[in-house]
Amino acid sequence: MTDTLYLCLSIATMAVVTYLIRMLPLAAIRKKIRSPFVLSFLYYVPYAVLTAMTIPGIFFSTGSVITACVGLAAALVAAFFNRGLLTVAISACAGVLIAELVMMWIGV
Amino acid sequence: MEGFKGGLPIGLGYLSVSFAFGIMAIQKGIPPLAAILISLTCLTSAGQVAGVETIAAMGGFTEIAVAQLIINLRYSLMSLSLSQKLCSNYSMFHRLTTSFGITDEVFAVASARDGEVTPAYMYGLITLPAIMWTAGTAAGALLGNVLPEIVTAALGIAIYGMFIAIVIPPARRFRGVLVVALIAAAVSCVIKFVPVFSFITSGFSVIICTIIAAVIGALLFPRPVEDGEADD
Repeated sequence: MTDTLYLCLSIATMAVVTYLIRMLPLAAIRKKIRSPFVLSFLYYVPYAVLTAMTIPGIFFSTGSVITACVGLAAALVAAFFNRGLLTVAISACAGVLIAELVMMWIGV
Repeated sequence: MEGFKGGLPIGLGYLSVSFAFGIMAIQKGIPPLAAILISLTCLTSAGQVAGVETIAAMGGFTEIAVAQLIINLRYSLMSLSLSQKLCSNYSMFHRLTTSFGITDEVFAVASARDGEVTPAYMYGLITLPAIMWTAGTAAGALLGNVLPEIVTAALGIAIYGMFIAIVIPPARRFRGVLVVALIAAAVSCVIKFVPVFSFITSGFSVIICTIIAAVIGALLFPRPVEDGEADD
């Protein structure tokens, strides 16, 4: 399989699955889910997904574990004070940038 | 028109995050056009990051499909919740088209709206976020090479910053969310760093972590039934 074909089929797979997930409940299901277990499971899914993707992935997102830790700390502080998505994301970037500059400055 | 107004702040937020996604995608070796196509057709942050990681590792289609299913399962809950709020003459055609644009933020704004949701409102709400998500990805994928390395390295963390911003506030309020997040982080680290599990790819790792953490959360900290909708 060529790389291009693989890419196209991968993207098509992602797009179709993601669309079906959104479309099917809106088009088909009219009744409310009652199972407390299923509801609780669905409620926790996004938080589990996002955390599993962030840890440990975030430590390898900047090319240096040290700058990533500074960015993570900055994001945690901003999120702890209930800042919006954009503010927290920018805080993380700023933390990394500052850490990079400091490391360049001291010649690490 | 009202929908348009609601979509602008969402779209502005998406610009920066999708810019970071574009940079991240080309860092992983995905061609810019493919990254743009992914954003245009998928319109989902976490799923796209996992998808790009799986594609970069040449993962199988089953892995890609199951990863999207698990990571984006939350949209089912949102669609389900939103289906209760649609106006009575919301046709099947409009259900099929507008469901494409349901994201965490679109859902949050639409469900917070007073009264029923009309197709016109949904189209207005979805348009700007979808355009800006794709445009941001294009900018990141094409300009990522032009920007100095120090800047792209710093932007690489942006998307994780957004994830943290979604998890931390509810984790402070609800012990269940905190416990679920800690379990997911712990399992994720075990799979990543314990050599026995090195055969598990990143896409399946997210699936395994999610199922373990969310099942434990649902068993130990069940949500009250009437509060079952995503309340963020």
